[in-house]
Formats: sequence, structure tokens, C-alpha cells
Amino acid sequence: MITVLELAEVYQFDFNQRLIIKQIAMRNLKVTIGILAITFLALTAMSCKEAKKEHNNEDGHHTEMGVEENHSEMNHNESEGQHAGEKNEVAMSEAQDGNSELVLKDYFSLKDALVADDNAQAKSLAETLVKSLKGLDVSKFTEAQKTELKDIVEDAVEHAEHISESPIAHQREHFKILSKDVTDMVAITGTANTLYEQFCPMYDKGSAWLSMSKEVRNPYYGSSMLKCGKVQQEIN
Amino acid sequence: MKTFKIIVLVILVAFVGIQFVPTERNQSNVVPATDFLIVNAVSTAIKTKLQVSCYDCHSNNTKYPWYIKVQPTAWFLENHVNDGKSELNFNEWDLLSNRRKASKLRSIIKQIESGEMPLDSYTLMHSAAKFSKSEKQDVLQFMTQVKDSL
Repeated sequence: MITVLELAEVYQFDFNQRLIIKQIAMRNLKVTIGILAITFLALTAMSCKEAKKEHNNEDGHHTEMGVEENHSEMNHNESEGQHAGEKNEVAMSEAQDGNSELVLKDYFSLKDALVADDNAQAKSLAETLVKSLKGLDVSKFTEAQKTELKDIVEDAVEHAEHISESPIAHQREHFKILSKDVTDMVAITGTANTLYEQFCPMYDKGSAWLSMSKEVRNPYYGSSMLKCGKVQQEIN
Repeated sequence: MKTFKIIVLVILVAFVGIQFVPTERNQSNVVPATDFLIVNAVSTAIKTKLQVSCYDCHSNNTKYPWYIKVQPTAWFLENHVNDGKSELNFNEWDLLSNRRKASKLRSIIKQIESGEMPLDSYTLMHSAAKFSKSEKQDVLQFMTQVKDSL
């Protein structure tokens, strides 16, 4: 800016012109300072916001889930429509909030999504399952059963959460342990329907899952080995 | 040329500015009795390996590198440590039920086996954290043993 003024002197601009140039130079200086101030403020604000976000993370997550829920609920109903067999209808009439039948219903929907190799559907259905797991009402059980159920739910929630944000290979790894948790839950809560524990000896040194139907539809391999496995046990 | 100067100046001022933003450090002198290395009988070699390779993000005490003093590195590291601890905190191992321990051990084994852990972004700056073939084998064998004894 000074150089501009000096230039003006060298070329012997008259007073008026120099005044104009000076004003322009001043304006430029102001703009520069303004930009600096704004940048600084913006950065400070951004970092504060980031810190806040950390704190609010949980709340944010909840609202996010709330929004997603409607979406997954819709998908849910769709898939329910496709798979609506006699038994599913029985399960649905039993499935209320806080009920283990609701957990089972959401588990089976998730299983069907994995059978169909549908990564995105499995993600949103796993979110629904997280919600029904968290809502499981354990009040009518004995103290020992309550402790066990809370432990199962905590573990299952973690795996369901991983499924809700992973690629399909990871989803299946977590589904294996989730299946064990849900099986252990049913051992305590019981169920109104007949379930089939099925077993695939090939996946990860042998892996089990639950199904409403006797027919084997493998959630660990999906279409690549749909019918691999056998019924290991009948529950109820 | 002038715009260029202004941009450089703005970036410089911003860089200096963010150095003053406070960050939290994950540091503690106390190793609780619930620590994984206390409740499990661990050989010295495996103990050191786990401390070097895992404990920076999976315990209450991080050994910070010098560049933690330079932002925005600190923010990046802070996020990593928080994420790591929420997934698994070796210091609080014994607070977990057997079911949860088995779950965690399965994940530990899977992720070390596949090379997912320790993270590439971590071993890039901490070459000592990398697992050699034999170290990997030893740690995996040990973790499997812990899991089977639950």
C-alpha cells in the first residue's frame, strides 16, 4: 500500500488523485483486516462447535436415530409384507414394545436382509433392532435373569450398532455373535413360536443362527451359498 | 500477487490462532486393578507389545508424540483416542462380564489377524507398534487362550 503511494509521488500525481489513491489503499487495508478478523472468528467458532459436538454426541445420535427410525420402520413393513407367512403374523401379534417377541421380529428381519445380501437394508434394520433391544422390559424376571438379560442386551446392542454402520462382511461377523446373544435371550424369555436353530459348518469354524422356518436360508453367505446349513435344534 | 499475499497471511494467522484452542489429554498415572495386563497372566514380551501397540488408544494413558503440540494434530488424535477407548479400554477390562469379554476378544483377534489394528495411520508414525509375523502369532495365540479360558 505504501508502494502505491510512493508510486503516486514519483509520477507527481496531483493532490486530488493522491487522496483518491490513499482512500483506496485505506479501504484495501480495512478489507484485509476484516477478512483476517472473520477468518479468526470463524475458526474459533468452528473449534468451539467441534468441542460442543463431542459433548452432545449422545443426544445428537438419539435424534439421528429418531429420524432414521421412521425410515427403517417403513422398510421393515415392506419386508414384512414380502415375508409375511403364517408364523410371522403370529409373531407380529405378540410383538409389542418392551417384549422379547419384538426383538425376535427385528432380528429375523435383519437376518432376511443378510440372506438377501442387502447391506443398506441390514444397516437400517440393525438400527431398529438396537431400539427394540434397548426397550426390552426385564422387570418380570428374577434378579439373576435380569442381570443375565441386561448383559445379553448390552452385548447385542453393541453388535447391532456395528452392523448398522459396516460393510456386509463385517455385518455377518457381528451377526454371528448377535445370534448367540439372541439365542441366549430366548432361553430366558421363551417365545410363543417354534424357532429353528440352524447351523452352517463352513462360516468361521461353524456358525449358528435362528429362523422362523425350517427351510435353510443362509445369512452368512446369502446368494453365494443360500442353502448351506442344517437345522440343529428346534426351540419350542 | 496481492491476493496471494493476503491468502498466505490469512492461512498463517489461522494456523497461529488454532494453536491457542485448548484440547484435552488422555493421561493418568493410575493403572487400575481391572487392567487387562493385571488380571491376566501375560508374558513380558506380550505385555510390552500390547502396551506399545494398543495402549495409546485403548487405555486411560496415552504417550503423546511431540507433534501433539501442533494443531490441528491434537484434534485428530483426540478423536482417535476417544473412539478407541469407547470400543475397548484395557484398563477397565475386568469390569466386563464374560460374555462381553468374549465379544471383545473375538474382535481383538479378528482385527489383529486381518491387520486392521493397529491402524495404518498409527503405525505410520509409530513403527514400533507394527506386528511382526511372529509377534502377531504370539499375541493371537495368547488372546485365543484367554478367550477359551473364560
